[in-house]
Amino acid sequence: MITIIDYGAGNLFSVQNALNYLGLENRVSRDPADIRSASGLILPGVGAFPDAMRMLNAAGLTALIREEARRKPFLGICLGMQLLFETGYEFEETAGLGLLPGTVEKIETPFKIPHMGWNSLEFRRPCPLLEGVSEGESVYFVHSFQARTEPDCLYAVCDYGAEIPALVGKGTVFGAQFHPEKSGETGLTILRNFGRLTT
Amino acid sequence: MLAKRIIPCLDVRDGKVVKGINFVGIQEVGDPVECARAYMEQGADEIVFLDITATSDNRDTIVDVVRETAKQVFVPLTVGGGIRSVADFSKLLRAGADKVSVNSSALKNPQLIAEAADKFGSQCVVAAIDAKRMADGTWHAFVAGGRTDTGVDAVEWAAKACALGAGEILLTSMDADGTKQGFDLDLLNAVISRVSVPVIASGGCGSLAHFSEVFEKTGADAALAASLFHYKELTVGQVKEHLRSRGIPVRL
Repeated sequence: MITIIDYGAGNLFSVQNALNYLGLENRVSRDPADIRSASGLILPGVGAFPDAMRMLNAAGLTALIREEARRKPFLGICLGMQLLFETGYEFEETAGLGLLPGTVEKIETPFKIPHMGWNSLEFRRPCPLLEGVSEGESVYFVHSFQARTEPDCLYAVCDYGAEIPALVGKGTVFGAQFHPEKSGETGLTILRNFGRLTT
Repeated sequence: MLAKRIIPCLDVRDGKVVKGINFVGIQEVGDPVECARAYMEQGADEIVFLDITATSDNRDTIVDVVRETAKQVFVPLTVGGGIRSVADFSKLLRAGADKVSVNSSALKNPQLIAEAADKFGSQCVVAAIDAKRMADGTWHAFVAGGRTDTGVDAVEWAAKACALGAGEILLTSMDADGTKQGFDLDLLNAVISRVSVPVIASGGCGSLAHFSEVFEKTGADAALAASLFHYKELTVGQVKEHLRSRGIPVRL
């Protein structure tokens, strides 16, 4: 059973629709018991870094997520991926979950911001979530901030006039800057792979 | 490298896909969920539903259509037509739309764009503009399905919509629409030079060459077509193969 963590930020139902479509048992919840008993966790998120951290803190979930993310497969999506890092610099300096080393900063590119649309993946390290995905396949992004992290946390990146960390992680923790639930067959494959890790 | 997007548009009335021929004899031709799925399988990068439901009683049918589509279609979904308020945005986004496009209502009340962008983020607010060329060479924004001239300069309106918070412009040329003679490159270039958000080209495409032309001669980020895909004159896959052969980045 995957728990999609509901902390008031973002479109949880798109993620849930994709998991349902794939036949992956799931629930949307913020109940600590549902987070502890889950076999995998997904942290979605749309919006701004400081608001999202405030909401997680207000829901009393920050410490619990830090603990549980190291015990079971954990996937942060879009803003949920950015929250995995130590510090965010959107509007103001904000402490993140600190599950991965690095920061979240404005994308520095000559191209339009936000980085919105389909961009192709360049692989950096083998990742169980990319099984069945070929390098060069595209996924759907919508974001203005990006992670800056260490090379050993980069599974895949994409090029947008800047190197954008697309799929990151370490151990049980994974983060997708793109929206796998909106990335067609490629995104569904990634979610199916995540589902497989949870069973 | 960001891919150029190919976007099929479906006209939906009372919950059914319809297609008019020369504004007469609108025919019901299918189930929106099925049509959207078929386009996704062809490789559509995004799907647009344009709700043309005439009566207010049936306004919520589009919400149900979006909810059902979102269960089976895993590419971004944009919904436009008849959106009047932030509450309408909220309903559609909650049902599973990724973006909502506004046209007449935003021209009447530009603050709608600002309010929606503030509440949901610019990335889900699309300003749809129907532009028609005037005798003096400028373009005016038209409403009511292209019947009413607002007198508003379309290029200025595009710039203003972006300043208010629109995250994308869906630009339809009323002059090119239905002609199959190609996109209106002058209009596109005029708008693209004034805005910093993605612009979707709409109206006029009739052949593969028109798709490559719009990306080679303008900075358009996406091209939208309805009839061409609807009547299966071309598939999304054929368009993308053609673009790739011309060295234009697409998602395959």
